[in-house]
Amino acid sequence: MSQPESATADAQAGGPSDGTPTTGQEPLAKLAERYGLRRAIARPSLPVYLRQLWERRHFVMTYATSRNVSKYSNSALGQLWQVLTPLLNAAIYWLMFGLILGASKDIENYPAFLITGMFVFTYTQRAVSGGAKSISGNLSMIRALHFPRAALPLAYTIQEFQQLLISMGVLFALVLVTGEPLTWFWLLVPVALVLQTMFNVGASLVLARVGATARDLNQLLPFIMRTWLYASGVFFAIGDKVVNSAGLPQWVADVMYFNPAAAYIELMRNLLIESHSTRPYIWSVCVFWAVFALIGGFWYFWRAEEKYGRG
Amino acid sequence: MAELTEELSRVKAEEPAVPSADVRVYPNPEPPHDPREGTPTVIVDDLHIIYRVYGAATDAEKGNAANALMRLLKRQGRPQMKEIHAVRGVSFVARHGDAIGIVGRNGSGKSTLLRAIAGLLPPHSGAVYTDGQPSLLGVNAALMRELTGERNIVLGCYAMGMNPTQVQEKFDDIVDFSGIGEFVQFPMSTYSSGMGARLRFAIASAKKHDVLIIDEALATGDREFKRKSQERIKQMREEAGTVFLVAHNLDVIEETCNRVIWLHKGKIKMDGDPKTVIAAYNKA
Repeated sequence: MSQPESATADAQAGGPSDGTPTTGQEPLAKLAERYGLRRAIARPSLPVYLRQLWERRHFVMTYATSRNVSKYSNSALGQLWQVLTPLLNAAIYWLMFGLILGASKDIENYPAFLITGMFVFTYTQRAVSGGAKSISGNLSMIRALHFPRAALPLAYTIQEFQQLLISMGVLFALVLVTGEPLTWFWLLVPVALVLQTMFNVGASLVLARVGATARDLNQLLPFIMRTWLYASGVFFAIGDKVVNSAGLPQWVADVMYFNPAAAYIELMRNLLIESHSTRPYIWSVCVFWAVFALIGGFWYFWRAEEKYGRG
Repeated sequence: MAELTEELSRVKAEEPAVPSADVRVYPNPEPPHDPREGTPTVIVDDLHIIYRVYGAATDAEKGNAANALMRLLKRQGRPQMKEIHAVRGVSFVARHGDAIGIVGRNGSGKSTLLRAIAGLLPPHSGAVYTDGQPSLLGVNAALMRELTGERNIVLGCYAMGMNPTQVQEKFDDIVDFSGIGEFVQFPMSTYSSGMGARLRFAIASAKKHDVLIIDEALATGDREFKRKSQERIKQMREEAGTVFLVAHNLDVIEETCNRVIWLHKGKIKMDGDPKTVIAAYNKA
């Protein structure tokens, strides 16, 4: 009974290896076309992609919250670490740079200056490092479920944003404790955070794509982040150090202020610390980076949408 | 089986000019002119999948500076990347109403093929054409062990693309079906393996699909749950247009499928009627 069938099946088994690929492909592709079948992996257009992402907003939010909840679920102090971690960080840096190295001589209210810089920089640093791992660390999910892949770096940034809201409470309290007055400028803090978040989303999208293929990025990232930290004027005032101490021309400081992290730090200090004055163009730098990174990041990430998950 | 040989002979009759192609593009490059037969829902066209595997470079390694420097030094002149050619030129056409079983040894490329059909693995060459969005039945990767069952149900449902209303509708269903009772309020890390598997299956099977892909070992748990989950699969199979099923349990395949593809080392070794293919597979 199975005689003719096994014969054909055996013939098939040998078939694909010696069949010529070009002539063999034609009928199936045409058949697919005739029935209106589409390629399983095809990148949607950017507007469609953004709409799909919007439809997945519940997943993004739930995923971000879930990661935050599960992050500290094994420690005894639990969610308290969300406050303790930034607090301990600030304490250590203040001890190092404020008391031991004595970098604080020229800066008024150095604790507030340092803590503000630290918290703002940490937000960008964690969002970007998280974004770099968001694709390469979730390959199993990418290989099992359908969703616009940008949901992952986005969720990682939102996770950091949720933590930031807690850190911001800590920051406000600390800055007030150091004797800064509560001014109308504080009302602009949410605007600054929105701009920084836009930049963070864009930057983490870019690094997510880079990290998906360049495996060594995760190992190199700590170096890059540390360099960035030192270059962003978290511990010192860029203008003061570059122009007054090193005797370099003003444009060097201006170039350094173009660094997005430095700009967002300066902006926040400007709002929170009364005695702190900064360059007048800081707002435009912040807006530029927010818009440029967000648009560029989405575009760059979307271009490789169908390639994520290959390994 | 008579149908099968008839189809094959028609291919040969219609394409006398291309003698070698008729074997390759089995089962049938031309649509059946008989409207009663199913229309194609999934077309796999000379599909090749190549995985890149990295030796020691795992994502789990924490990135501190010393580690990264060591790795950079060690890696010099010793690339740890390896390519694995998991699927090597597979072509077939699946039609509406088909339930296709896929058999083969471990590492024969079954799961890889299914992921490619689901559109989750980009092909190295060739293409997969589908009608609608094939979905893999499985949600494990999105769940988090540290979280409670409740949170995981919500997270899993969102990960499969449900909206809040659908999640609310399905929530009680999922809890009931999984039969884990009040454990739903505890973290999944406290579950027994059977309970975990039941909850995962309950979440994964809560959604309807056009083209459904079921990867093996879903029907786990005790005898009672096995019966329940097989029933659920049967029901999903009826609702879906086309079903792909991978299972090591050949009885399940013979029971539920009307066609079986035997994969061997990334190629189709045999494709046809379940009884015949499984008999040949058992002999090999």
